Amino acid sequence: MEPLVAYLWIIPALPLAAAAVGAAAPRGSRRLASGAAIAAMAGALALSSVALKYALAAPSAHQFCNFTWFDLGNGAVRLGWLLDPLNAFMCVMVSLVGLLIFIFSLGYMEDDENFKRFFWLMSLFAAAMLCVVVSNSLLLLFIGWELVGLASYLLIGFWFHRPAAAAAAKKAFITTRIGDLGFLLGLVWLYDTTGSLLLYDGGNGFLEAHALGDLATQVAAGGLAATTAISLLIFCGAAGKSGQFPLHVWLPDAMEGPTPVSALIHAATMVAAGVFLVARVFPLFSADQGLPAATLHALTVVAAIGAITALMGAAIAAAQSDLKRILAFSTVSQLGYMMLALGVGSWVAAIFHLLTHAFFKALLFLAAGSVIHAAHHVQDIRELGGLGARMRTTFATFAVGMMALSGVPFVFSGFWSKEAILHAASEWGPSSLPLYAGLAGVVLTAFYMTRLLCEVFWGPPRSPAASHARESPAVMTAPLVVLAAGAVGLGFLGTPAWPWLQSRLAGAEIPARPLLDGGALMAVSIILVAVGLGSGWALYGRRPRASAAAPDPLQSAAPRLFAFLGARMKLDELYAATVGRLNTFAAALADILDRWVWGGAVGLLARLGEFAGLLNREVDEVGLNTGFDTVSEEIRRTGQAYSRAQTGEAHGYLRTLALAFVVLALLVLLGGGR
Amino acid sequence: MNTVLILIALATIGAAAAAMSRPSLLNCVLLLTLSWTGIAAFYLWAGAEFAAFAQVLIYVGAISMAVMFAVLLTRRGRRDFPPRKGSRSRAAYAVLAGAAVAGVLLAAVARSPLAASPAPGPASTVRELGGQLMGPHAAALLVVGVLLTVALIGAVVLAAGAGPEKPEATR
Amino acid sequence: MSPLQLCLAFSSALFAVGLAGALARSNSILVLLGIELMLNAANLNLIAFWRFSPHGSPATGVVFVVFAIAVAAAETAVGLALVISIYRHQQDIRLEEATRLKG
Repeated sequence: MEPLVAYLWIIPALPLAAAAVGAAAPRGSRRLASGAAIAAMAGALALSSVALKYALAAPSAHQFCNFTWFDLGNGAVRLGWLLDPLNAFMCVMVSLVGLLIFIFSLGYMEDDENFKRFFWLMSLFAAAMLCVVVSNSLLLLFIGWELVGLASYLLIGFWFHRPAAAAAAKKAFITTRIGDLGFLLGLVWLYDTTGSLLLYDGGNGFLEAHALGDLATQVAAGGLAATTAISLLIFCGAAGKSGQFPLHVWLPDAMEGPTPVSALIHAATMVAAGVFLVARVFPLFSADQGLPAATLHALTVVAAIGAITALMGAAIAAAQSDLKRILAFSTVSQLGYMMLALGVGSWVAAIFHLLTHAFFKALLFLAAGSVIHAAHHVQDIRELGGLGARMRTTFATFAVGMMALSGVPFVFSGFWSKEAILHAASEWGPSSLPLYAGLAGVVLTAFYMTRLLCEVFWGPPRSPAASHARESPAVMTAPLVVLAAGAVGLGFLGTPAWPWLQSRLAGAEIPARPLLDGGALMAVSIILVAVGLGSGWALYGRRPRASAAAPDPLQSAAPRLFAFLGARMKLDELYAATVGRLNTFAAALADILDRWVWGGAVGLLARLGEFAGLLNREVDEVGLNTGFDTVSEEIRRTGQAYSRAQTGEAHGYLRTLALAFVVLALLVLLGGGR
Repeated sequence: MNTVLILIALATIGAAAAAMSRPSLLNCVLLLTLSWTGIAAFYLWAGAEFAAFAQVLIYVGAISMAVMFAVLLTRRGRRDFPPRKGSRSRAAYAVLAGAAVAGVLLAAVARSPLAASPAPGPASTVRELGGQLMGPHAAALLVVGVLLTVALIGAVVLAAGAGPEKPEATR
Repeated sequence: MSPLQLCLAFSSALFAVGLAGALARSNSILVLLGIELMLNAANLNLIAFWRFSPHGSPATGVVFVVFAIAVAAAETAVGLALVISIYRHQQDIRLEEATRLKG
């Protein structure tokens, strides 16, 4: 175990310290907050690079450092840090992209009065995300997970005075919470069966052979193996965080937050946490592959959901007209691709795509931020246009990002990572549906990105804001350039001919294949990309939109479908009608129970008490008092009656005495006495 | 023997009956004194000289005097009381009661097998009486002495009233 | 009729007379005198029985009578004092008027 592993906690601790500094700093100390944040991220980046070097030195090892948090008597709650290539790559990616976005925010948030709050919240988020990444314990991961959710809530609702932003923050938190409930259940179940939440613990961790072997033998309800059930529960959390169908509804609304937030949290890092989680506990997910009696394989579910999400996200993105919403649905779709890759068994491909996606999606969001900043917060693409000539650097970097996302071949990283995914999907035994879904997604992705590029940067400016747009300052464009370089360069680390990244991630050397290996599939995907780009250009580039009110060509072609997709397939309305109504009904039921049943019972008891008191009083007054009164009256009257015998006449007394004596004597005489 | 007894009895009873029925109070007192004397004669006939002596001394001598004083002190004017309403019925009832009691007692006496003991009565000398009073009955004698003292003091207090300046509503 | 019976008859008659007198007269002093007569009748009884009893100590009867006379005298004194008190209150010693101690 390398000594560095024991200090791995410093990587999340640095941004946490910066957050504390920023929070405690007096109002208006912008430089302090931002300076601390950027310095912390730079430090985290440096340490992550060192850690990466160490990890790459022993790529197959999972180096860990565990400690006991508290002792429960029966067992102990243990936490720990983990260092292996997956973690290290993620650390580097998060800190690098984070650093670039922080620098971008110096320019973007300059006019905002809550500058300080922005930076320490972002630092908090970075700390939590890094905690998720370096953790060796599922419990510590969960703690970071929840903190990430909290930071996301606070940042989406950054401009909380706007009702839309507040509602969006609430929606995000609640939706991810639903997923987190499943995660927590899975966590508890796991702890109960294996007795450990540590991933690797020298043989005792639950990802290691002993525990997995135990789990694999247990069967849960419905013929599911225990590992399948636990995996699916953990996947609930991942699906919530990563915006998979059906828990994707919060992601588009999360665009209410500032654009750097969207870039960092909802493109590059937080939403990738779900993918990272599944990749992290992949041995658990794949433990049921070898079981013959399992009715359902966890990875099948993952693949299915990923495929659905990929296709759905792309379709909806093609009908949106808000710049950030298009990118948001694009994120949903790409995350679907990553889940698809995980589902078909290649977590390496998923992580590769995650890393490349982080770069080009962050790039796209930051470029969009640059556009929004220049166009004074006009975000509707129908009202933009002609920005290509006015914002050259932004346009160039945006184009790089767009091409990477679309999968323009060979040069751009997105192509290589998507190829890896499609290659893995094609080799999946059970079904080819994920492959077809992925291919369909490729067309759509290329199409909607071309549409976006054309609408925003080509044609005439369709609003005064667009015509007055000016290029953003260097503090904002420099990160764009760096990210563009990453968007291009990163791909070369994972080509089939040189699967350097994949090997390092997998911990085992992956055999090099010819560059164009998998040719048929590669050719098909290249053709599809061309089709998408071409159709997009044909509809939106050749004859650019004349004015904001002009109808969208797609809208004219298939109005009902366009409207349906534009309304995000009406899922929000569906949820409101079903779950929302159920909730309202439950609340009403609870209210009725509370008021009439429990309240009634309590009221009844109160009435009973009252009645008992009344009864007591009546008994007392009518019964007892009367009885006593009557008896007393009787006694009094009897006494009075007797006292009438006291006439006061002495003669009367004497007479009575004489009479009594006579009677007595007669009795004695006649009764036989002598 | 019996003749003397019967004579004494008739005289005493007659005097007593007269004493109880005369309207004049003084007459009643004097006749009653006569009847007391008759009782003393009976005691003599029975052989209880000391008892006769005591009877004469106390009743005839002291009590009659006291009664006389009381009569004289409680007179209102010199007229006697006329008979009031209801005194007739009261008198009738009284006679009836007396007759009933007498009847019952006589009946009891008549039915009781009282043996006549012609033996001469026991001789009681004064000396013996003294010995009895100072001996076995000494305590009783003392108690009676105390009783007499207390009674006489009480009588004096009762009769004297509350003192010279009493706001008696006797007018 | 034995002498004892005669004596007892005598005392009974005297008692009855005393009772009738106490009941008949309204003057308090005469009521008291009637009561005195009854007491005397009782004394007569005592002497009669003393005279004609078979045994007994020689002086018991007389002692009894002496004590009875003493007590009767005390009682008479108190009673007469009471009569004088009553006279002071109501100017009248008729027994029917002295009815304040009634129920």
